[in-house]
Amino acid sequence: MNTPIIECRNLQKWYSGVHALRNVDLTIHRGETVGLVGDNGAGKSTLIKILSGVHHQDSGDVLIEGRKVDLRSPKDAMRHGLETIYQYNSMVPSMSIARNLFIGREPMKWSVFGVGIMDQKRMRAESIQAIADVDLHLRSPDALVGELSGGQRQGVAIARAMHFKSKVLILDEPTNHLSVKETDKVIGFVRGLKAQGLTGIFISHNMQHIFQSCDRIVAMARGEIVFDKPTADTSIDEVHALL
Amino acid sequence: MKRFLKIYLDKPELAGLALLIVLVLVFQAKSNGILLSFENLRGVMGLLPEMALVAIGVTLLMICGEFDLSVGSVFALMPMSMAVILNSGVPFTVAVLLGLMICGAIGFINGYVTLQFSIPSFITTLGMLFIARSLTIVISGGFPPLLPPDLPTWLFTDYIWQGSPFRMSFLWFVIIAALVAALLSLTNFGNWIRATGGFNEAAASMGIPVKRVKIVCFMLCSVLAGFAGLLQVLRLGSPLPSIGEGLELQAVAAAVIGGTALAGGIGTVFGAIIGTLLIRTIDNGLVLSRVDANWFKFAIGVLTMFAVIANAWMGKMSRKIKVEAHK
Repeated sequence: MNTPIIECRNLQKWYSGVHALRNVDLTIHRGETVGLVGDNGAGKSTLIKILSGVHHQDSGDVLIEGRKVDLRSPKDAMRHGLETIYQYNSMVPSMSIARNLFIGREPMKWSVFGVGIMDQKRMRAESIQAIADVDLHLRSPDALVGELSGGQRQGVAIARAMHFKSKVLILDEPTNHLSVKETDKVIGFVRGLKAQGLTGIFISHNMQHIFQSCDRIVAMARGEIVFDKPTADTSIDEVHALL
Repeated sequence: MKRFLKIYLDKPELAGLALLIVLVLVFQAKSNGILLSFENLRGVMGLLPEMALVAIGVTLLMICGEFDLSVGSVFALMPMSMAVILNSGVPFTVAVLLGLMICGAIGFINGYVTLQFSIPSFITTLGMLFIARSLTIVISGGFPPLLPPDLPTWLFTDYIWQGSPFRMSFLWFVIIAALVAALLSLTNFGNWIRATGGFNEAAASMGIPVKRVKIVCFMLCSVLAGFAGLLQVLRLGSPLPSIGEGLELQAVAAAVIGGTALAGGIGTVFGAIIGTLLIRTIDNGLVLSRVDANWFKFAIGVLTMFAVIANAWMGKMSRKIKVEAHK
């Protein structure tokens, strides 16, 4: 129980001369929802990209449930239960909900070398279930994602992560470009993570959103973690003053 | 009712089909019934598979978000290189396989250069248009080589049976079209192609090997164009270095008329076929109606613009019709 779900040790990352991450240590426990804040260029995105397998650290280790892992691609990260939902939304608007839910992880009837016929009946049935599980009601799994509102799309993305039994959900500015009502919906999803036994990392520029949905605030500046407190012990003003 | 309207609006290829029926009726009347006569259909069905196969390849590649202007040149290069290889004494089957491998290599180069240097495929394949055409003429030495007389045309271009309106090439076309359509709609690879073209970043973040998917589509597109060129040369009996000129643009026009989006992600094999049929019908119909044949390109131009505008409008209308059950 006490093994942290994610542990970063001495993470370092340079981008062509820029020291983007300096000795970052971060421990996240199961079921926590951590708000990650910081100005542009503070290193949040770099940290997230390392955890989601998009980039690789120059030195340091990532441990998941106490075991050292080597995240070389988004697929690696997903295999270890880390799923990322990006601000630009990781859904393809011109495809149906059912097809979107299973991109890259299609259930197969049969396949040769990883390519073959998809089990579309199962995809439709499971996507109906997955969407209902996050309390989202959509008319049909065949509807195009492009017809959904921004909040609904993030809901489907979260449903996808839950369906594949992700352990950690990384939400990279999921409320950007959303209306107030849609934002509330997404914050509702984030709050619901704990009830599902999931760990969340929520990145946002909006302190209100972070304080409404997270139990711990971590702030970064110039590639370092400069602040780390439970939400109950701090205030928006205190965090603001730091950044 | 609303739901049916929406389904119709979501499928631009159905609008193409409706237009095709109208055009066939008009030209049938204008040509005094020659358009749908057996002899004329027989002629049209000879050319159709060749163009449609090229259009299908281009459509597949456009769905995955890329573009190929070199198909017309590859259409000529494949049979020419096959003829040259044949004349050096290599058996037909081996020569065809080598020719198709050359096409695959060209597709690979198109894709690799485009992705490695992050340049628009429009530019890469424009370059390849010149390169492949030049190679075609260089290897022919300026004179088309003779094809041996004993080629297995029964397998590719002979009429399926005596008096049949269809050549074997039509059968190849039907089978390949069905296979590509199945690839797109039934397989996980088809899902990746649509995702890659529909939203590259999202596909990549879900772990799809987007570059590999695109390179495979580039290769399929080139191989289909080369195979279509082979069909034409076996039908005509001689590998002319000039065949397929302007075909790349007709293929793109066919794809677009059939509802393929230039931005990627959207398109169907059926649409490509409808687009090709429309172009062939206009070409043939104008001639039969004794209209100056030089109006052909004018008509294709108007149709292409009209199709894109109509598709955009239909898409907008479709989004307006929400058949939402509950929120």
